[in-house]
Amino acid sequence: MTSVNPDLKLNHTPGHVKHDGHNMTGFVIFLCSESVIFLAFFAGYAVLKLTAPQWLPDGVEGLEVRMPLINSVVLVSSSFVAYFAERYLHKGNLWGFRAVWLLTMAMGSYFVFGQYLEWSELSFSLSSGVFGGLFYLLTGFHGLHVITGIGLMGLMLARSFVPGNYDKGEMGVAAVSLFWHFVDVIWILLFLLIYVWQ
Amino acid sequence: MTSTNYDPRILKAPHPVPGAPDNWKRFFSFNTDAKVIGIQYIATSLFFLLVGGLLAMIVRGELITPPADLVDPTVYNGLYTMHGTVMLFLFLFPILNGFNNLLIPTMIGAPDMAFPKLNAAAFWLVPVFATVLMGSFFAPGGPASSGWWSYPPMSLQNPLGHFINGEFLWILAVALSGISSIMGAINFVTTIIRMRAPGMGFFKMPVYVWTAWAAQTIQLVGLPALTGGAVMLLFDLSFGTSFFRPEGGGDPVLFQHFFWFYSHPAVYVLVLPVFGIFSELFPVYARKPLFGYRFVALASFGITFLSLIVWAHHMFYTGTPNWMRHVFMFTTMLIAVPTGVKVFAWLGTLWRGNLRLNTPMLFCLGGLFNFIFAGITGVMLATVPIDIHVGNTYFVVAHFHYVIFNTIAFGVFAGIYHWFPKFTGRMYYEGLGKVHFGLTFIGATLNWLPLHWAGLLGMPRRVASYDPEFAIWNVIASIGAFMLGVASIPFILNMVSSWARGPQAPPNPWRAIGLEWLLPSPPPAENFEDDIPTVISEPYGYGLGHPLVEDEEFYVRRSQEA
Repeated sequence: MTSVNPDLKLNHTPGHVKHDGHNMTGFVIFLCSESVIFLAFFAGYAVLKLTAPQWLPDGVEGLEVRMPLINSVVLVSSSFVAYFAERYLHKGNLWGFRAVWLLTMAMGSYFVFGQYLEWSELSFSLSSGVFGGLFYLLTGFHGLHVITGIGLMGLMLARSFVPGNYDKGEMGVAAVSLFWHFVDVIWILLFLLIYVWQ
Repeated sequence: MTSTNYDPRILKAPHPVPGAPDNWKRFFSFNTDAKVIGIQYIATSLFFLLVGGLLAMIVRGELITPPADLVDPTVYNGLYTMHGTVMLFLFLFPILNGFNNLLIPTMIGAPDMAFPKLNAAAFWLVPVFATVLMGSFFAPGGPASSGWWSYPPMSLQNPLGHFINGEFLWILAVALSGISSIMGAINFVTTIIRMRAPGMGFFKMPVYVWTAWAAQTIQLVGLPALTGGAVMLLFDLSFGTSFFRPEGGGDPVLFQHFFWFYSHPAVYVLVLPVFGIFSELFPVYARKPLFGYRFVALASFGITFLSLIVWAHHMFYTGTPNWMRHVFMFTTMLIAVPTGVKVFAWLGTLWRGNLRLNTPMLFCLGGLFNFIFAGITGVMLATVPIDIHVGNTYFVVAHFHYVIFNTIAFGVFAGIYHWFPKFTGRMYYEGLGKVHFGLTFIGATLNWLPLHWAGLLGMPRRVASYDPEFAIWNVIASIGAFMLGVASIPFILNMVSSWARGPQAPPNPWRAIGLEWLLPSPPPAENFEDDIPTVISEPYGYGLGHPLVEDEEFYVRRSQEA
């Protein structure tokens, strides 16, 4: 009688806690919470844009859209690429996973490089009024997320070389992939807010 | 699985049980046992209750006479800023996380939290940000002094021009506190969702778990917004942006939106678990089932939802447009509905109950009495015309402290006394507990009741000197404050001496119903380990005579043999 009734669905394995499912739940909760920071920044952007007496700094006409648009297409497509990498892993094709995963990382890196080029050519700075501050805060904070995502993908790539590590599927890859989709969705909103709504 | 399985584990377990002899050193180590972490949280925050109380007593010492004669007005600003910050971020939030750590895993029958290492890391951030915050006292130009709300443009003043100043350290400490709280919140919510004992559906969870879940949900939604605002404030202060500086096109009122979007719900982060404590304790000490259990549980999320759409009632007098005032007045008043559900449920539980007036129950009754009072002044303040009249006066200070101290801290003390035997394995001394309650209740009433009158008569808050006509109320308030200081002496004596030499506690001294009371006192490292009980009935079956879990006798016997 000391054992647990076998007919009942258990919320966790008795004795030692199995962590995988928890990790994903915890990670999804983290992402929901994280999105509120971006929403707060977006709300701040909208409020300040609508109420500021002077929006663009002196001598600034507006933002160039063409390069950022190419950048966005690359970043958003990388989400689909990451999905295919996950599929390869799911089917047990480890080399397929590595190759496609690396391609995702390359696309992310291209985005960061493009952002760097854009930043270096802009005629305003962080301290150029409300607009300058918001532009660099939003793109910078998002950029940090992209760099974090690339770092995490690198970690997952390295871990794929540990023998037997991904035999039973890998929650880490699923989580990083989810993070990457999250970063992309945020970028779409950010792009609409900053570049389209000028 | 009998006592033979329990005893060797005390000696061999990687993280031994709380209260076991010769093991006090682990409370100073990186330990992943939720029960050790819970006690670490509670002890740390009680220390900071003393620190914050000391700051409050200097403030009240200054206010005992009308002129600013004890401390300089600038120093006074620093004192009340740090008092508020210490009390909220270093006393109340950590102590309730301490309760969560002790109670959530044991109440739902989980061996530990979902992420034990993250849990420990969240705790160890507390001493880190405490050091940063206290370091603010030694920063050039003195500590942060623009109040715990840190409104610009006051908080953006940096006359000495140092990069590291009191305000900078304040923002850093608040950000670290936010990270720690979010880490905690993710952990608590995951644990509640995924690690409940077999049979424990959501409507078989104790109300404390419901309220903690609702409160942690607020943390997850609200804290990131405050963090966003704090980052922008930090950039304005140190990196030349102008989000909140009007001269660069910014808007100082925007910060107030960010701040109150979290900081108003924050009071529910604190008070919801205290509602949970009330809901746990009243049935035990009245020997009756909790009246309207499902409504009480669901009302927690009603409060969570409403709390997130009421923030602008803090800004009725900062140029908020009229239509917005009406919306926020309405939503704020609506909170009285789920809160009222709870209050009437407690009164219904107490009605014709067989009350046992020991220390935890006294603190609960005192807290409930004060909370009803605080709720009434709260509805008054939600009303736009009254708020505009008394908004920046001591009436708000009095209302706020009736919630924060007279309700929340009372509930915290009730919880400490109630679960002390369970988690330390020792009984506290009832006499000292009652002295503590008496001094606290009288001191708190003397301290904050008169300030309602001072506020209605127009005494402004946040100032070091005031008109002599308010002197009488302030003298009484200061006497009450010093009395609260004295009240800490029997409390500390009781806690230290009981834990060191108090009588051994039985596993269920209050004859309470709940999974935690089926464990030995103190519980072993992984709670039930391999024998997690199967829950078969709703909690709070007092007087109904049905068991809470399958084979209840087995668990009762085992807890007694341990």
